[in-house]
Amino acid sequence: MSDGTNGAPERFAIGISFGNTSSSIARINPEGKPEVIANEEGDRQIPSVLSYIDGEEYHGTQAKAQLVRNSQNTVAYFRDYLGKDFKSIDATPCHNSAHPQPHESTVAFSIVDSTNETPSTVTVSEIATRHLRRLKQSASDYLGKEVNAAVITVPTDFSDAQREALTASAKAAGLEVLQLIHEPVAAALAYDARPEATVTDKLVVVADLGGTRSDAAVLACRGGMYSILATAHDYELGGASLDKIIIDHFAKEFIKKHKTDPRENARGLAKLKLEGEAARKTLSLGTNASLSIESLADGIDFGSTVNRTRYELLSGKTFAQFTGLIEQVIQKAGLDVLDIDEVIFAGGASHTPKIAQLARNIFSEKTKILAPSTFTGAINPSELAPRGAAIQASLIQEFEQEDIEQSIHPMVTATPHLKNAIGVEFTTGETVEFQPLLNTETALPARRVAQYNAPKAGGDVFIRVCEGVREIKVTKPEPKPKEEKPKTEEDEDDSDFDSDEDEEEEIREIVWKTEKPIAELAVKGVKAGSKVELMVHVNADLGLQITAREVGGQNAVRGAVQAA
Amino acid sequence: MTTVQVVNVSLPALSEGWSAEKDFKAVGTLSAATQRNLEPVGPHFLAHARRKRHHRTFSEDERIQAQQNVKKTEEEEDDEISEDEDPMMLSRDAKDWKNQDHYAVLGITKYRWRATPEQIKRAHRKKVLRHHPDKKAALGDRDENDSFFKCIQKAHEILSDPVKRRQFDSVDEAADVEPPTKKEAAKGNFYKLWNRVFESEGRFSKIQPVPKLGDDNSTFEEVDNFYNFWYNFDSWRTFEYLDEDVPDDGESRDQKRQTEKKNANARRKRKVEDTARLRKLVDDCAAQDERIKKFRKAARADKDKKRLEKEAEAKRLAEEKEKARLEEEQRKKDAEEAAKAEREKNKKAKEAAKNATKKNKRVVKGSVKEVNYFADGEASASQVDSVLTDVELIMSKIDAEELAGLAERLTAAGKDAAAVKNVYAEESKRLVGAGKLKEGETKNF
Repeated sequence: MSDGTNGAPERFAIGISFGNTSSSIARINPEGKPEVIANEEGDRQIPSVLSYIDGEEYHGTQAKAQLVRNSQNTVAYFRDYLGKDFKSIDATPCHNSAHPQPHESTVAFSIVDSTNETPSTVTVSEIATRHLRRLKQSASDYLGKEVNAAVITVPTDFSDAQREALTASAKAAGLEVLQLIHEPVAAALAYDARPEATVTDKLVVVADLGGTRSDAAVLACRGGMYSILATAHDYELGGASLDKIIIDHFAKEFIKKHKTDPRENARGLAKLKLEGEAARKTLSLGTNASLSIESLADGIDFGSTVNRTRYELLSGKTFAQFTGLIEQVIQKAGLDVLDIDEVIFAGGASHTPKIAQLARNIFSEKTKILAPSTFTGAINPSELAPRGAAIQASLIQEFEQEDIEQSIHPMVTATPHLKNAIGVEFTTGETVEFQPLLNTETALPARRVAQYNAPKAGGDVFIRVCEGVREIKVTKPEPKPKEEKPKTEEDEDDSDFDSDEDEEEEIREIVWKTEKPIAELAVKGVKAGSKVELMVHVNADLGLQITAREVGGQNAVRGAVQAA
Repeated sequence: MTTVQVVNVSLPALSEGWSAEKDFKAVGTLSAATQRNLEPVGPHFLAHARRKRHHRTFSEDERIQAQQNVKKTEEEEDDEISEDEDPMMLSRDAKDWKNQDHYAVLGITKYRWRATPEQIKRAHRKKVLRHHPDKKAALGDRDENDSFFKCIQKAHEILSDPVKRRQFDSVDEAADVEPPTKKEAAKGNFYKLWNRVFESEGRFSKIQPVPKLGDDNSTFEEVDNFYNFWYNFDSWRTFEYLDEDVPDDGESRDQKRQTEKKNANARRKRKVEDTARLRKLVDDCAAQDERIKKFRKAARADKDKKRLEKEAEAKRLAEEKEKARLEEEQRKKDAEEAAKAEREKNKKAKEAAKNATKKNKRVVKGSVKEVNYFADGEASASQVDSVLTDVELIMSKIDAEELAGLAERLTAAGKDAAAVKNVYAEESKRLVGAGKLKEGETKNF
């Protein structure tokens, strides 16, 4: 009927991962699961490339193909230039496409993007807007509904200026940015939002191995909340480094046969890059990849194959750099590999099986390595960030913008984190054991509940709540070492790691030591075979409330410990 | 976060001699905490943010969240039951359904034409639950009067049929909003009051959404668009609902036809009246609309400005023309004067030349006289005549300059007869050489 509700259009949000190399869009499907959306061409990883021919705009894979013929009017690898001045950008990735130029206080590209011949200067913000507009269009077409808001992922080192520039670009593209979230956290969220996942306290390393850069972050995941403990970045390491190995391999083969270097010719290099990248991706799945390029150099057609073993041999050094980055970030966080509960591999280069296998060797058996080659339930590494963003988008979609801003305000996000773990000390005869209940780096206020077995005989029970610290205990050689350090060529990279482990056959394990007692409780008259429930609540001011009672029992022992 | 960790470790037994008040003893404090930024991501963070912003503890937050969830479902169930039932309405006769307010019967007067089919359905269901005759009988209501239930059914029948509902909405006067009087609107509530009117009238529009009246800051285009819309209003309003009942007994076909005709006429008349009414309404509103005056004033000011500019331009052009004309005149005058001066000068020069020639002629003529016409002693008349004829002849053959030269030479010759004769001889010889004089034409030289 004539219902005149024509107020503000309803907000419809998606998650966007906007990368240097490729971007993805995701939404929450009606079943409540995150789902990465394919664009018109069926790509879920849409290359962040725009190309112009006679004023017509090409996007994604089509634009990427233009890197060979129309490189001057093709813009690629521009995400990191957003909100930066010309002096501070690294123009290397753009060597093969339109070159960045200084323009006022920002970066611009000079491209022929209309039907007239003269090139126009297009700022990187405008390029980002056009790119986001195409992504928005793809999502809207797929969903049959105008998308007008998004959660976008950004690297952890994105500055405020870059965030502002990205928000402005998105706004110009008709997207309200609900929130910018960090890529590693989005990846962790994507894993933790699976229905089978349970909320546990864990330390997670997120290795985001992208196309042109790699980042690693250590996250403390405590009761479903994430805090970043350390980050490490390598701006030169990425899928492109691996591509280069393949390219060099084939180029050498070509030189041997035909005495010319295809890399010296810009077009030849572009063709090699495109095909080399495809070959590298093939090698992540199969054991053999073939490459065939027509007219690679001097009109000579080239075809060859490479197998995975050869590729892995050639890439040993580069792989070691990836694992080195992971070790570096753990060291930066002041942790040990044994502390890490999960390693999440994200980003395109994470499909490479060898990298995950090498990481498997670094960590202990208990550590879960979440990569396609080591864990069958792994989520496609390329889809982690967009999925996380989509989950977050669905969570905050209903909120007012003001509400969101208040929630992500430093007043709310800056919280005290526990310095030492809080747990219970068990004394059985001579041995003293410590069981952590609240882990280190738990955001306060926090509350944890645990159940412990009562002594077999029942009776009165003693609970001693303590602060504990973990120590790495190194036991000297034994005939069959449980854990072994990978002794490959990356030895030179992790000298720091080696220092406390010169002997290769050591057993390293985590041992908890009581640091200082906090409180003592007694639960009296516990029945035999029953359990005792302990609840510890830590306030933001470090005060504690402790409650202990027999499960099913009426009488509880309560007490409070005042803040220091 | 209330998941319970189950740890399969036995707690130690209480050692002898340990005792504390209420079995609890604080023996230490926690180490200082480190400040870190939480990542504002994920459902657990949102819960944390909620707790922190509203200063709730874990258990409070859980309770409030649970309560909110419960409330939501309850509200959905009984949101429309709030309207009271008028006892007058309850005793209505169902036969008089044409005059009943169907929305009031279903208890959705606050929605009226805005009510969605879903709301109507729910409202109907609720009313049926309350007023079903069987229920009444079960409650021991002796009345056995189910007329209101029939009213409910009729209301539902009409409102759930889109065509019938439109017919009823067309004549639903309770949904009409009376246009404000001039006095009311002048009090500064113009936009508020008229907006309500147009919102209610807008329900008849075939074109949705209907443009809004706007406010003081609306642009000319918006206001223009608004009035254009209302002056070209395309209404679906029909007046079938007010039709007289057509007798459906097969006997009086004529009467039936006549009623139908009457009804059609009445509908047409009402429609025309409605259109006129709406037009007057829009006229009234436009007359009171300050914005139109403002725009007119602005347009007039604009026009005036343009006219002034035009006039100034014309004036400037005229002045320029005048100036050009004056300059031209001055130039002409100057030229004339110059020409006149030139003429004078020429005249004078001519006269001077004439005088010089005269003088020279005199000198030439005199020269022969001075030398006594080349005669020794008294010259005879014929001699004089012949010499003078010769001199005249030479003079007629030469121009002013040559004459001047001749005169000069003659003056130099003075009274020497031979010299004078010589000069003449030379001159005649030159003239003969130039072909101006024939040999022997001069008798004396």
